[in-house]
Amino acid sequence: MAPPTPQASAAIAVTGLRKFYGEHLVLDGIDLAVEPGTVFALLGPNGAGKTTMVQILSTLIHADGGEAALAGYDLNRQPARVREVIGVTGQYSAIDKLLTGRENLTLMADLYHLDRAAAKARTDELLERFDLTDVAGKLATTYSGGMQRKLDLAMTLVSDPRIIFLDEPSTGLDPRSRRTMWQMVKDLTRNGITIFLTTQYLEEADQLADQIALLDHGKLIARGTPDELKRMIPGGHIRLRFTDVSTLRKARAIIARPGRADEEPLILEVPTDGSVAELRGILTHLDDNGIDVAELTVHTPDLDDVFLTLTSN
Amino acid sequence: MTTIALADSATMLRRNLKHMLRYPSMTLFMIVMPVLFMLLFVYVLGGTVGPDGTDGTVGHAGRAAYATFITPGIIALTAVAASTSTAVSVASDMTGGIVARFRTMPIARVSILAGHVGGAVIQTVLGMVAVTAIALITGFRATTSAPNWIAAAAILILFATALTWLSVALGLAAKTVEAASNAPTPLIVLPFLGSGFVPTHSMPTAIRWFAEYQPFTPVINTMRGLLTGGAIGNNAAIAIGWSLAIMAGGYLWARKLFGRDPVQA
Repeated sequence: MAPPTPQASAAIAVTGLRKFYGEHLVLDGIDLAVEPGTVFALLGPNGAGKTTMVQILSTLIHADGGEAALAGYDLNRQPARVREVIGVTGQYSAIDKLLTGRENLTLMADLYHLDRAAAKARTDELLERFDLTDVAGKLATTYSGGMQRKLDLAMTLVSDPRIIFLDEPSTGLDPRSRRTMWQMVKDLTRNGITIFLTTQYLEEADQLADQIALLDHGKLIARGTPDELKRMIPGGHIRLRFTDVSTLRKARAIIARPGRADEEPLILEVPTDGSVAELRGILTHLDDNGIDVAELTVHTPDLDDVFLTLTSN
Repeated sequence: MTTIALADSATMLRRNLKHMLRYPSMTLFMIVMPVLFMLLFVYVLGGTVGPDGTDGTVGHAGRAAYATFITPGIIALTAVAASTSTAVSVASDMTGGIVARFRTMPIARVSILAGHVGGAVIQTVLGMVAVTAIALITGFRATTSAPNWIAAAAILILFATALTWLSVALGLAAKTVEAASNAPTPLIVLPFLGSGFVPTHSMPTAIRWFAEYQPFTPVINTMRGLLTGGAIGNNAAIAIGWSLAIMAGGYLWARKLFGRDPVQA
């Protein structure tokens, strides 16, 4: 996989980014480019280095090697200029819980040196847009997780940033709040804002992203549009449960492309393209060899399948 | 750049003052320790021990005189109690996401610390006023003029600001909020190992040497001279020197600690 050539026009251009925590290499030479006005999703499991990536690009921590430019500003040499064009909504709510919702927004407006009238107008508009007007006078500590996340995003928007980082924006939210968050992110992209989001949910990346990159153990192991990635993991997998270990082993030996086998619950996973023909083929093959399948479940693609497929190649 | 730093510091100060108003218990808690010591020393010990209030001669001179003698030390203790509250509030602020947000914003970074210092100094001064009021109730009598009160207040504010910068650094250096609450604790003994509660010339040589050269003694002696009469000598100059040195050290240490990359959450 050839790394994309960073372009001067890219909103975010990264080359050879490296980060150590002690002896441990958490980011191992990351190259990527994000076009202005698009949504880029960094997808990966816990501990893959997603948050570290956001912390470096948002000037919170320093990289140990490599270059990055945001809106044309060099991350290492012009961090102050970078801070002027970015906004960050982190995984842990970056709000002042001892202040009210309105006070949190006013705090941001003051720090961006908006005059009193502009600050008031902006605060009112954001409270309205994020449906927080009714609770604006309440302390943020009393807000639900979804409301805190909305306030967090509203605070990020006070300065009209051109690039927004969203670190796992829907982690910990209930399904309804997650849908609301997705809609808010989609609305943002209409205004030409570039969004860099991290997620561990394939569905979230699928819903929101123009480009997805898969991060595993500090390396990008795949990248492309959601459709391109889905073609890499055609139909998820089927899970076959057997009644004893010897049958499981026998099945594993005769199936052309077996995936993960687990002898404790006696389960064998087999990647498939999801077609009925392939499913029928596998079952007939097992039947012909006298192997009884106790139970069969079909799994639609999730992140596990992506890794299973990509790492087994 | 400087005007931005000032504007941002004012914004951060407003934020810290709002926290204080919303949680007045922190300010109240701060005066518990000094008031407790005041009551213990005056009512439990003051009947039999304690030097004369004005010239520090050893020998019993009565409860009111002892209250007058120890009040400068009790006020200095208030600054120590405030240090603990400052270190805790800085340490707990650092664990929240809001400071991470501030770090990614185009603001003067020092304003985050300056806001804490400003808020803490105001809180400390309020605490000192409350403690002084209670000292007056227990028998403290100042024999002084308005300019001397102002001079004493100025010395105290300078010293409190110095201790606050040190506590901000201690709060930043602490890995947990619990550790931050313990860090300034050793400071509590300094008014006792100084001229706060008995005259230093009554102490054994080694302790006396320490007592006369540590920073609380010139501050307490200066206040005592200003509020209750008596010679100040070079105490005021030494108190100002110590305060400026502690302030510079605390500021530089805090700035260095805050400039490091935050530890991964």
